Formats: sequence, structure tokens, C-alpha cells
Amino acid sequence: MKIAAIIAQRLFYAAILILAVLVLNFLLLHLAPGDPAEVIAGEMGGATQEMMAEIRAAYGLDQPLHVQLGIYLGRALQGDLGQSFFYNAPVVGLILGRLGATILLVVTSLTFAVVIGTLLGVLAARKPTGLFSNVITVLSLVGYSAPVFWTGIILVIVFAWVFPIFPISGMSDIRLAGGGIEHVLDVAHHLVLPAFTLGVIYLAQYSRLSRASMLEVLGADYIRTARAKGLSESVVVGKHALRNAILPIVTIAGLQFGGLISGAVLVETVFSWPGLGTLALDAILGRDYPTILGILFFSAVIVIVANLLTDLCYRLVDPRIRSGGHK
Amino acid sequence: MSEPVLEVDNLSVTFRTRNGLAQVLDHVSFSLGQGETLGIVGESGCGKSMTALSIMGLVPTPPGRIAGGAVRLRGEDLLSAGERRMRSIRGNEISMIFQEPMTSLNPVFTVGEQIAETVRLHEGLSQRDALARAVETLKAVGIPAPEKRVSEYPHQLSGGMRQRVMIAMALACNPSVLIADEPTTALDVTVQAQIFDLLRELQDRTNAAIVLITHDMGAIAETADKVVVMYAGRIIESGTVGEILADPRHPYTQGLIACVPHFLANPPVERPPLVEIPGLVPPLSDLGTGCAFAPRCRHVMPRCRGERPPLMAAEPGHEAACWLLDEAVPA
Amino acid sequence: MTGTEQVAAPEEPGAAPLKVESPIREAWRMFLRNGSAIAGLVLLIGVILVTFIGPQVYPVDPFEIVWAPLTPPGVDASIPFGTDYLGRDVLAGIIHGGRATLAVGASAAILTVLIGIVVGALAGFYGGFVDEILMRLTEFFQVLPPLLFAMVLVALFTPTLTTVAVAIGVVSWTQTARLTRAEFLKLKQLEYVTAARAIGSRNGRIIWRVILPNALPPLIVSATLIIGVAILFEAGLSFLGLSDPNVMSWGLMIGSSRSYIIDSWWAVTLPGAAIFITVLSVSLIGDGLNDALNPKLRER
Repeated sequence: MKIAAIIAQRLFYAAILILAVLVLNFLLLHLAPGDPAEVIAGEMGGATQEMMAEIRAAYGLDQPLHVQLGIYLGRALQGDLGQSFFYNAPVVGLILGRLGATILLVVTSLTFAVVIGTLLGVLAARKPTGLFSNVITVLSLVGYSAPVFWTGIILVIVFAWVFPIFPISGMSDIRLAGGGIEHVLDVAHHLVLPAFTLGVIYLAQYSRLSRASMLEVLGADYIRTARAKGLSESVVVGKHALRNAILPIVTIAGLQFGGLISGAVLVETVFSWPGLGTLALDAILGRDYPTILGILFFSAVIVIVANLLTDLCYRLVDPRIRSGGHK
Repeated sequence: MSEPVLEVDNLSVTFRTRNGLAQVLDHVSFSLGQGETLGIVGESGCGKSMTALSIMGLVPTPPGRIAGGAVRLRGEDLLSAGERRMRSIRGNEISMIFQEPMTSLNPVFTVGEQIAETVRLHEGLSQRDALARAVETLKAVGIPAPEKRVSEYPHQLSGGMRQRVMIAMALACNPSVLIADEPTTALDVTVQAQIFDLLRELQDRTNAAIVLITHDMGAIAETADKVVVMYAGRIIESGTVGEILADPRHPYTQGLIACVPHFLANPPVERPPLVEIPGLVPPLSDLGTGCAFAPRCRHVMPRCRGERPPLMAAEPGHEAACWLLDEAVPA
Repeated sequence: MTGTEQVAAPEEPGAAPLKVESPIREAWRMFLRNGSAIAGLVLLIGVILVTFIGPQVYPVDPFEIVWAPLTPPGVDASIPFGTDYLGRDVLAGIIHGGRATLAVGASAAILTVLIGIVVGALAGFYGGFVDEILMRLTEFFQVLPPLLFAMVLVALFTPTLTTVAVAIGVVSWTQTARLTRAEFLKLKQLEYVTAARAIGSRNGRIIWRVILPNALPPLIVSATLIIGVAILFEAGLSFLGLSDPNVMSWGLMIGSSRSYIIDSWWAVTLPGAAIFITVLSVSLIGDGLNDALNPKLRER
């Protein structure tokens, strides 16, 4: 199958998944106990009779269910996920305002985890029974078992008291909000602790994974071939082995995007990072259901896009499935 | 005989295993000159592949250790050469073809890149010139449409084609010694013959010395000039291919030849069932003091179990390590 | 094939099991040889003892205000772990809060594994259309960030321990389903399954009585690790304030002291350490089980 055809097929699946998430949102609105209009308005919205009537009319709540679904989907496809009565603003606008912060956090953490984790794993694989290798194994177990918010809180305490060099709250300093390079550096400075907290769990997992994967690859016949060509050890490991060992890491990195966003919710809460996670928490505390469901929708879209990109990446790295088409 | 290109002199290799120290190679010696082909025969685990890895300087250490002896390339001792010098020899002056063409090529690089890499490394060619050389070598090993194949990946090629690529890779820098470790085991019979023809043809052209490692006496008969038979890490018989096939002296060699029915000088009218040498190669960490083959030998004598036979001359240039020779020619 | 084996084969049917070690016993022996697994088991037993016997030994009400708020540990012997922002005993919270955390974690894990096994087994066994539908469903659930989805579920319904456990189960079964499906795909081609079909066993019997028991080893390992994941989930939800406020749990303790991190580090880090130790013990056991039940790894 041609690459273009594969991409078209993947895009089609992605579109269906996005539609399915919308249907799920609709179902959740109706499954929740109580009148859907009340759910949409939210308890804290101070909904008046006129507002309720307005909502009923807008969503066609007196019509049969399938008509309501049609109306809901129609509005959603036009970019209308409803009105937040808690913030008194359109949900999509609210979310788009926060989306960048979450993506920045998630992508930075993932990059940090993949790059450093792979590096550590490769180093550990060169001496599989050495001290460093054992340290990696223990660290990955600790990273896996520690609640991410707990790690974050410990970092907050450490950096608030012991080494006050990194900001522990927010995304930027209000005094520097002017823009330009100073602002970028300021955001980067604020990003260090949250990204590290979120990345460190995955760092532990990737180092263990890449260690195992590297050990397997280093025993392969083609590594012996590479050595028999007279290549130096750094080329054998860095080119011939790494390129193969990285394949499972790419797969896992794609699969973990949903987990990463989940972790981001907790990390954002700990560090007051103004992303989707903090918005979700505020929305839940304010019983602002349209916003909550909108966030669920947008985060699912992030995962779908991430999966698409991973799929393409994998095809670029592994020629065997580049033309194969089937998983 | 011409000046030897490759000399292996009393090479001994030990491996640390869970059951103690294993003598993987025990005083192995042979030599070969330009344009010659030496066959090394034996069952798996007899030390054939370890001999090849020792020549390449690729014995994994630890657990392996070169315990003694020398490997000389045109007089230069490779065992004392530094890693840097060895890297300049590997793939350049001595190259190797491996058993598994399916897994010996890296799946994520194009065939051309894998050949060109060697040329770039050893001859300092540019990427463009190295790729041109890759096309040239692919053509030389009989791959059709080499300009197209050069940018394909290993999984797009058949097993025979992949082995041709391996050979092209090994020959890209015109080595003086080519080690072929079971180059055809994983291939179809018809393809096997083609690969052997190719090796012979290439040898005529380049005059390289070839070490052919195999368990297949048939392949030896067709390609080798000299033969070394190995058992449990030692050479138990050596000589020219004619002498060994016509007059094998060691019972093990006799057994190997009998496994291939059409080599028997006078095939009986009633074909015997395929002969098999009973038993297995003993564990190398537990060889005892006697002849390692004694437990499986049909002609075993009490002396064989207590005393290990040295290599003894059967006729000039033909040696075997068996007490039967001692009995036949009393001192 | 040598003759000796044929001589040995027709033995008394009852005699054979005497010499052969049962796989469970062998796995147990491998497990006991694994140092970190033992450490995990000891830790877990410790956690369970503290959680279930602790409340009798240390009968302080975790909701009762016993001392001045934000008292650090070590100020008075009666409050060794200090007090939180309301003046409640942190040690009492840890001892009494474990029960809810463990109960939610365990029941969510059971639910997760049950859904996962049913979906995976049906998809793997029947293949074709059933497989297609169930795998699309699994893919769909994998697209939803689990914690966020669980938050939505808990928020839409009332936050009780049951809601939390069900929500965790609903969002995290996909991995078990994929694993079960893969095992079923592999096992359903084996001879004993064909044999069971040949003697006319019903599909239900083949799925649950013939294939499933053979698929258990990797599923047990995964189920053990899922208990850890479920506990982390429960803690995460409680930390965000999405758990029953009337039942003390470790996550609730951390969540309610969230705004007082700097003023009372002990009130957040100590319950966090309890969660960490519990999850660590389960992970260690899972790792040990993996080594013990996976024969391929044994040689290493």
C-alpha cells in the first residue's frame, strides 16, 4: 500500500474516533443523574428559569434522543461545545486558552523522558550486571511506584526551602509578561520542575525498556556483522544497535500519551500550571460539566493526533512496516 | 606452496562457564596461501566458529580468553595487535560471511548503505563513490538490477539474495582472507550450489584465501583444497581434500564421510541406511584425559580412554590424531 | 528417538506426579529465590497488618481534632507524625486511611481484570467480527486519558468509594484485554484446544476451563501490577478531591492538605510515603511473579 493511502486510512479512523468521543460525551450528559439541562447549566451557574429554557431550546432537549444527538454533533462540528456557565464563556475558547500550556508540559516531559531514558538504558546495557544497571532497575521501580503528585510535592518542598532556584508555582512571572526572549526564558524556568516531575516516571520506564531492548539487539547477528566490518564500538552501538533498539520505545511512547495527560492533570495541580488539568479540576469543583466534557474531548483528540504521529514516526524508523500497511 | 597469507599457530581459547573452564580451542594450527581454500569441518560446538571469531579478534571477552598461540596475517601477529589495528583489518583485509543471511543484515539500513559503510570506513571514499562501489560489487556477486537493489532493505530480498549481499559486503574492500562460516546452511539446495559457484568464481578473480567452515562434507569436496577436521576444540585430522576423502584415517572423519553416501568408493548395491555417528559432542569443560571421541568410537581401545592421541603423520602432509595410526605403524 | 524413552513411557498412571514438581510449587520456589519479591511480600504483609490491626492498637479517630493545627512531628509523643491544618492526628489518618485505599485499589483491580479478561477472551477466541468490534472498543477507550475520564465519571455521579472503584475499573481494563486477547490467539491453536473441540466441548467450556487456565501466568503478573496502578489512581482522584470526604483515605489526607504543603510537609509526604510503600511492595511482588511464572526468563 502506498504511504498516502495508509495516511488517508489512518486519518479516516481518527475521524471516526473523534466522532465516537463526541457521542460518548453526549451519552455522559444524559447518563448523569438529573435533568440534562441542569447538568449543562451546572449547579454553580445560578441558572435562572430563562437560562434553563434557553438551554432546552438550544440543545433540543424536548425532542427525541436521536434528534438531540444530531443537534449536539452538529453544534460540535461547528466548533461549539457549549457555554461554560461557571466562567460565563464558550467552552472551546476556554480550552484553547489552556491547551498550549498542557501540550508544552506534556511534550517537554516526554522528550526529556525519551532522550535521557534511552541514553541511560543504553549506558546500562553495556554492562548489564554492573552497578549502574542495577541502579537503573531500582530507579525504574521507584519511579513506577511513586505517586506523581507526591514526587511533585516533595520537589516543591525541596525547591521552596532548600534550594530556592526554581519557581514552584505558575507558568510565568507577571512582571515579565511583556513577551520576547525574556518571557520565553521565564516560562522555561517555570517549566523545569513540572516537566521534571512528570518526565521522571516515564524516564524510569524508558531507561528500563531501552536497557532491555538494547540488550536484545546487542545479541543480534547483524551486530556481529557490524563488528566484523571493522566499525568502532561507538558506531556499532550508536548507529546499528540504537536504530533498532529505539523501535519499541517509539511504540510505547505513543501508547503512553493518554497516561501522560492523566499525569499532567496531577502535576498541573501541584505546580498550579495553567493548563487543561487545572481547568478540569476547577470545572469539576464548580460542577461545570460542559467544560469538563470539552476537556475530555480535547485531550482525547490530543491522544488521537499523538497516535497518528507515532504511527508515522514508526514507519519512518522501521522500513519493514513502511510499505506493509498492516500492524 | 606459496608464502602463507594466514597462519594459525597453536591457538588455544578458554571460556568461563557455569561448570568451570572450558577449553574451546586446544592448540589449533593451520595455514593457507593466496588463492587457497581451507575447509574446516565438524559438528556444531566443535570450535569451528570460535576459530573464525578468534581470527577476526571478535571472541567475546569475558567469558572467553585467548589462552595461547598466534594468528598471523602475512607474518603480523593479530593477537597482539591493538584494537585500532584490528578494526582496520576487519572487513578490509580479513572479512567474514555469516551463517544466517536472514538476521545478519541490519533490517533498518538499505543494502547499499551497509556495503558503502565498509568502503567509506576502510578506503575513505565519499558517500557517492562508496555507493557506486556498492552497485559494482552487487553486480559482481550476480545480483540483477543492482542500481535498484542498492536502495532496498534486506526484508525485500530473498534468502539467496541476502547471502549474495553479505558476500558483496565482505568483498567490497578486496580482502586477502575471506572467512565463510556455514554460508549456505540456511539456504535452499539449488541456491547453495549457486553460492559455492560464486565463491569459487570470485576467488579465481581476486585470488583471496578462503576459510570455509561447514559441517557438510559435500561442500568441502567441491570447493576446498585442504581440509581440517575438528572435534571438541581440537584438530583431529588434516590433509589435502583428496587424501582425506579417499583415505580418512580418523574414525570420526570416516563417520562424517559415511554420512554422505555418494562419497563411498564402492557404493554397495544395496544402499545402507543413512549412517549417523551415535552420541553427542561431550561438554568441553569435562573432557577427561583420553581421546574426546572415545565414547562414540567404534574402534575404541583401552588406551584411548586414558591417553590423548597427538596428531601423527599418516603420510606426508596428512595427519590424524588417533591411536589406530600408532598401531598400524609401530614405532 | 532412542529406545529408552519408549521403555520408560508405560508407567503406572498414578506414579508419574510423584516425581514431577507441580508448576505452582515450582513457581513458588522460584518466587522465594527472588530477593526483591520477598522484600515486596514482607512490605505488603506489614502494610496489611498496620491497616487492619493498627486501628485496634491505635484507636485515635482520624477526623478528631486532637492538638493544635500544623504541629510538626516530634513535638509531643502522643502525636508522633504531627497534626494537619485542622489539628487532626496524621498517624491516625495513615493507620485508619489505609483500609479505604486498599479496598478501593483491590476492588478496582478485580473489576479491571474481569472486564479485561472477558473482552480479551471473547475477542481472541471468536476472532472475526466479534474481535473487530471489541478491539475497536478497546482502541476507543485507549484514546481517553484514563485519569481524566475517571474524574469525569466520578464528578458526574456522586463520589463514593464504589463510584471511584467502578470508575477506575471502567477506564483501565484495556491493557488486560489486549494481553488476554494475545494469549488466546496463541493458545487456541494448540493441540489440547483442538482435542477439546474434537470431544465436543462447548465454546464456553473451552474458553473458561481449557484456555483461560493456561493463559493465567501472564495475567496474574499483570493483575498484580494493576493493583498498584489502581491504588495510584485512587490516590490521584482523592488528591484532586474526588473521593468520599467522609471516609479517611491516604489520597484524601494529601488532597485536603494540598494548600498547606509548605506549612505542613509531614501531612502530605507521610501519607504519600504510605502509598509509595504499598505500590512498591505490589510492584516488587509482580516483578518476582514475572520471573517465577515466565520460564523464558528463568535461565538469566
